[in-house]
Amino acid sequence: MNHRHSAGTLMIGRMLLLAQLREQPLRLLVTVLAVALGVALGVSVYLVNGAALNEFGLATKRLVGEADVIVRGSRDGFAEELFVRLAQNAAVSVASPVIELQVALPARRDTLKVLGVDPFRAAALQPALMGDLGGGIFQLFRSDGIYLSGAAAEELQLRRGDTLQIVVGSAPKPLKVLGILSAAAYPQPLGLMDIASVQWAFNQIGRLNRVDVRLRQRVDVEGFRLSLSRVLPVGVQAIAPQVERDRAATVTRAYRVNLNMLALVALWTGAFLVFSTQSLAVLRRQRSLAVLRALGVTRGQLRRALVGEGVALGLAGSLLGLVLGTLIAAATLQLLTGDLGSGQLRAVSTELHVAPLPLLGFFMLGTIVAGAGAWLPARSAAGRAPAAALKGGDGEYTVVARKSWQWGAMLMGLGALLARLPPVSGLPIFGYASIAVLLFGAVLLVPTWTIRVLRLAPRTHRVVLDTAVAQLRENIGLSTLSLASIIASFSLMVAMAIMVYSFRMSFDHWLGKLLPADLQLREPPGNDTAFWSATDQAHLASVKGVARAEFRRSRQLLLDSARAPVTLVARGADALRTSEELPLVRSIAWSAGRAQPAWISEALQDLYGYRLGDSINLPLAGRLQPFMVAGIWRDYARMSGTVVISRQAYFDATGDAGANEGSLWLQAQANSTEVEAALRACCLRGSSFEILTSAALREHSLKIFDRAFAITYALEAIAVLIGLTGVSFAASSTALARRAEFGMLRHIGMRRQQVIGMLATEGMLTSVFGVVYGLALGGALSLVLVYVVNRQSFNWSIDLSVPYWQLAVLCVTLIAAAAITAIASGRAAMSQDAVRAVREDW
Amino acid sequence: MPLDGPSLNMVDVAVLRLENLTKRYRSDRPPIFENLNLELHQGDYLAIMGESGVGKSTLLNLLAGLDRADSGRVLHEGADLSVLDDDATTLLRRRAVGFVFQAFHVLPFLTVKQNVALPLELLGVTEPERGRRTLEMLAGVGIAPLAGRYARELSGGEVQRIAIARALVHRPRLVLADEPTGNLDPRTAATTLALLRAQVKSNAGAGILITHSRTAAETADRILVLDAGGLRPAEPSV
Repeated sequence: MNHRHSAGTLMIGRMLLLAQLREQPLRLLVTVLAVALGVALGVSVYLVNGAALNEFGLATKRLVGEADVIVRGSRDGFAEELFVRLAQNAAVSVASPVIELQVALPARRDTLKVLGVDPFRAAALQPALMGDLGGGIFQLFRSDGIYLSGAAAEELQLRRGDTLQIVVGSAPKPLKVLGILSAAAYPQPLGLMDIASVQWAFNQIGRLNRVDVRLRQRVDVEGFRLSLSRVLPVGVQAIAPQVERDRAATVTRAYRVNLNMLALVALWTGAFLVFSTQSLAVLRRQRSLAVLRALGVTRGQLRRALVGEGVALGLAGSLLGLVLGTLIAAATLQLLTGDLGSGQLRAVSTELHVAPLPLLGFFMLGTIVAGAGAWLPARSAAGRAPAAALKGGDGEYTVVARKSWQWGAMLMGLGALLARLPPVSGLPIFGYASIAVLLFGAVLLVPTWTIRVLRLAPRTHRVVLDTAVAQLRENIGLSTLSLASIIASFSLMVAMAIMVYSFRMSFDHWLGKLLPADLQLREPPGNDTAFWSATDQAHLASVKGVARAEFRRSRQLLLDSARAPVTLVARGADALRTSEELPLVRSIAWSAGRAQPAWISEALQDLYGYRLGDSINLPLAGRLQPFMVAGIWRDYARMSGTVVISRQAYFDATGDAGANEGSLWLQAQANSTEVEAALRACCLRGSSFEILTSAALREHSLKIFDRAFAITYALEAIAVLIGLTGVSFAASSTALARRAEFGMLRHIGMRRQQVIGMLATEGMLTSVFGVVYGLALGGALSLVLVYVVNRQSFNWSIDLSVPYWQLAVLCVTLIAAAAITAIASGRAAMSQDAVRAVREDW
Repeated sequence: MPLDGPSLNMVDVAVLRLENLTKRYRSDRPPIFENLNLELHQGDYLAIMGESGVGKSTLLNLLAGLDRADSGRVLHEGADLSVLDDDATTLLRRRAVGFVFQAFHVLPFLTVKQNVALPLELLGVTEPERGRRTLEMLAGVGIAPLAGRYARELSGGEVQRIAIARALVHRPRLVLADEPTGNLDPRTAATTLALLRAQVKSNAGAGILITHSRTAAETADRILVLDAGGLRPAEPSV
C-alpha cells in the first residue's frame, strides 16, 4: 500500500508539474531563476572567499611553520636580548628570530611584506618556506640581496638579478633580486632576507619584532604561552599560531557574513516567489485539485505532490545556481583576484577549491527553501474540503486573514525583541533573524490590512472603480498573494536602499570632516619603513604656496594577542586641536593635570569595551603609557579599531617626530599642480609618496565605497525585477482565471475599454497599497539594518538618511509597471470573444 | 468484479445503506435533512429529485464521504464511513465510487484519454491493462476518436461523455451523478442519460442520479423526492 501511495504521489506530482510547465513555462522559469540567483550568490561568495582564505591560510601556515608559540611585538619591535633569553629557556627546543616589515616601494600605494630570518633557524621552523632556497641559502647572507616570492616578482615585474627599489626613512635604497621562490613555497607577495641584512638596511640594529618558538616534547604549550605572557616586555605578546592563522578570516568575516546574508535575502525572495507562484497555481487549479480529491487522491498525496512541485523548482534552481555560482566565482577570481568589493581579501592564484559537502549544503538549502515556499499553499489546498472547492470561491481566505493577524502581530513583536539582542561572536545573527521575522510577520498582516483599507474605500458611483474595489475586497486571497511578493521584494529593496544611502551620506560627511585641507600627502598606508623626518616636514611646509601644514604619524599597536592590531594615529598639535579635527560621536571635557587624552574609534569601544573617562594603556617605546578616553569618534577606514592622540603626546611618549601622512592648506592664489611639483622637488624621493587633492581623494574614496556596495546595488535591481515579475504573474494569472467574469461583464453591457480600465485600476490600487506598505515596512527594516546589523557587523555607526528621490522614482516605476502589466494581461484575457469566455467555467 | 472490492458471491450486502442520516449546516439552525434511510443494491439505478436548496448535493457529498453527517451512518457494502478517517474514506471512494458532475470537472490540462485513465492510474493498474480498458471505455461512450484531444476543444456533450467514462472506467460499485445534464441541451441530455444508465447497468453496480428534471429522473428505475420531510417516493407522472 505504501509503495502504491508513493507511486500515486509521484504520478500526481508529475502530472501537475508537467501541466504547469506546459501552461506557465515563463513563470516557472523565473521562479527557478530566482532560486538559482540566491544559490549562485551564496556559492560564489563561498568559493571566492574560500579561495582567498585558503591562500591566506596557506601563506600564514608557511610563515608560522611548525612554531608552537609566536612572540610578537609592535612593528618597531623589541630588543634582541629577548630572543637570547627565549633560546636559552629549558622548555624551548628552537627559537627563530624574525623581523617582519611592510616595506614602502617608490611610487606605489601598496607595500611589500619583507621577512628577515636567520636561515638556519628558520629552516628548522619554516622548512617549506626555506626549502625552496636550496643551495641559495648562503646567497641570502648578502647584505643588499633579497629573494622574492613568485607573486611579488610578477607584481613588481622583476626577475633574478634585477634591482628592487625600496624606501627607508626618506631615502630610496636598492636591493638585488637574488632569486624567485616558487608559488608552492609562498603563494602571496613576499620578500625574504637575512635578518642581519634587514636590521642593517632598515636601521633596526639590535631590534626584532617576532620570535618563533618551538617547544620541547611534553611541554604544555598553552601553559608555557600563558606564563611567558606574564614576563614579556610591555607591548610584546605570546600568540598561539592558530590566532595568527585565523586573523585574516576574522578581519573579513563581517563582510563575508553580510554578503552571505545578501545571498540569503535573494534566496528568501526566491522562496516568496515560489510561495506566490504555487499559491496562485493552487487557486487557479482549485477545482481540478478538488476533482482529484473526489476521484480518490488522499490529502497527504495531494500535499506531497504540491510540495513536490516546489521542491522540483528548487532542485532545478539549485542546480542552475551551483553552476552559475561556480562560473561567477571563477570569473571573479580570474578578473578581480577574488576581491568581492571590500578590498580586504585578495587571492593571487585563480585556483578554485570546490568542496562537495558545502556545495551540497547550498544545493539542499535552495531546494528546502523552495519546498518550504510551496508548503503553505500545498497545506491549504490539501486541507480544503473538496465539496466546497468544487463549488469554487475564495472565501476561506477571510478565515486565514483572521488567523494570520494573530501570528503576524506576534512575529512583529518577536522581531522588535530580536533587534535589541547583542551580537553573537561579533556577528549580528539576531539582527538578521529580526529582519526575517519582521518581514514574515508583516506579510501575515497583509490580509487584515487589505480588508480594513478596502472597507474604508467609499462608493464612488463610477462603475469601473467600484467594481475594481469590490473585486479586490471579495477576492482577498488573490489580492494578498499579489501583494505578498511585491511587499517582500519592495520592502527589502527600500531597506537596503535606505541603509546604503545612509552609509554613503555618513561616509561623505566623515570624509568632509577628515579632509578639510586642500592637499593630502601620504606614504603607503601600513608601511613600516617610509616616513618624513622633522626636517622633511619643515621643507614640505615651507614650499611656496603652502599656507599651513599638519602632519600625522600612524602605526600599528597590538593591544590584544587574540585580535588584529589597532592603528595609533598621532595628529593635531595639541589636545584641543586634535579633538576639533575628529568626527566625534561623544566626548568629555579633559583638563590638564590628568593623563593625556586619547580619542578612540567606535570599533575600539565595541571590541575592547572602553568607555568615556576610562584609562587606556598604550604600549609605546617599550612601556605602557596611560591615556584617558576623552572621546569616541567615527572611523570608517579601519574596522579593527583606531586610537588617536596628539602629536605632542606621541612625541613625549616615544621621541619620534616622524610623520607618514599630511594635510596642506594652500594660499589663496596657489596652483595645486605647481605646489605638487614643488613638494616633490623638495624631497630626495619626491616621486615615492602620494599627493592628492582632497576633492580627488574624496572622489576616489566614494568610488571605492560604491564598488564595495556594487553587489548590493545589483541585488536591489534584481529585487525590483522580482517584484515586478511578481506583479506581472499575479496580474496575468488573475486575468486568465477571470476570463468568464470578463465575458459576463461584456454580456451585461460593459465596454471592452471599461473592463480593461477596471483591471488597470485593480493593478494600480494593489500596487499603491503594496508600495505604501512596502515603504513603511522597508523603513522599519532599514532601522534594524542601520542601527543593529551595520553597527554589530562593522562596529561603526551611521546616521539615518532617506533617499527620497530614489524611493519616489522606484514607487512610481513599480505602480506604473503594475498598471501596465494589468492592462496587458487584461488585453490578452479579453482577446477571445465574450460568448466563449462565459462558457468556459473550469 | 470491482478492483480490490468484495466478491460478488458473498451474501447480498447492500451496495449503499443510509441509516438515520442527519445533516446541519449550523448548530443553531434546523437540520437540512433528518433521519434519512435508504438501501441500494446491485443493479439499482435511483433518481433523487428535489427543489433547489433541499440538500441534494449535500446528500451526494455525504454518500461519497466528501462531507460528514451530524448523526447517522453511511455504509458502503457494510463499511461505515463515519468510523473511517479521511485517508480510508478517500481510498474507498477511489475504489468503489464514480462521479459525474454537472460542471463536468474534466481536468483541462489532461487529454481525453489521460482524464479517463486517471482513476486506473490512481488504483495502480498496469500500463497495458490501463490503456486497454481506457480505450474500451472511450469506445463505449463513443468518443474513442477524440482520445488525444484536450477537453477545451470539445463540445459540452462530448465533455460530459468523458466525465461518464472517467466515472465508470474502474468499474465502481456505486456511480453518483449530480445534475449530469444540467448544462446540456435536451437532445444531448437524453443521449447522455441513456448512456449513463446503460453503463451503470452493464457495470453491475448501482447508481444514483440527482436531478430536478422529471424527464431525466425517469431514466432511473425508481424516483425518490427529497424535501423537508425526508426521502419519499415520487408521485407517478401524469
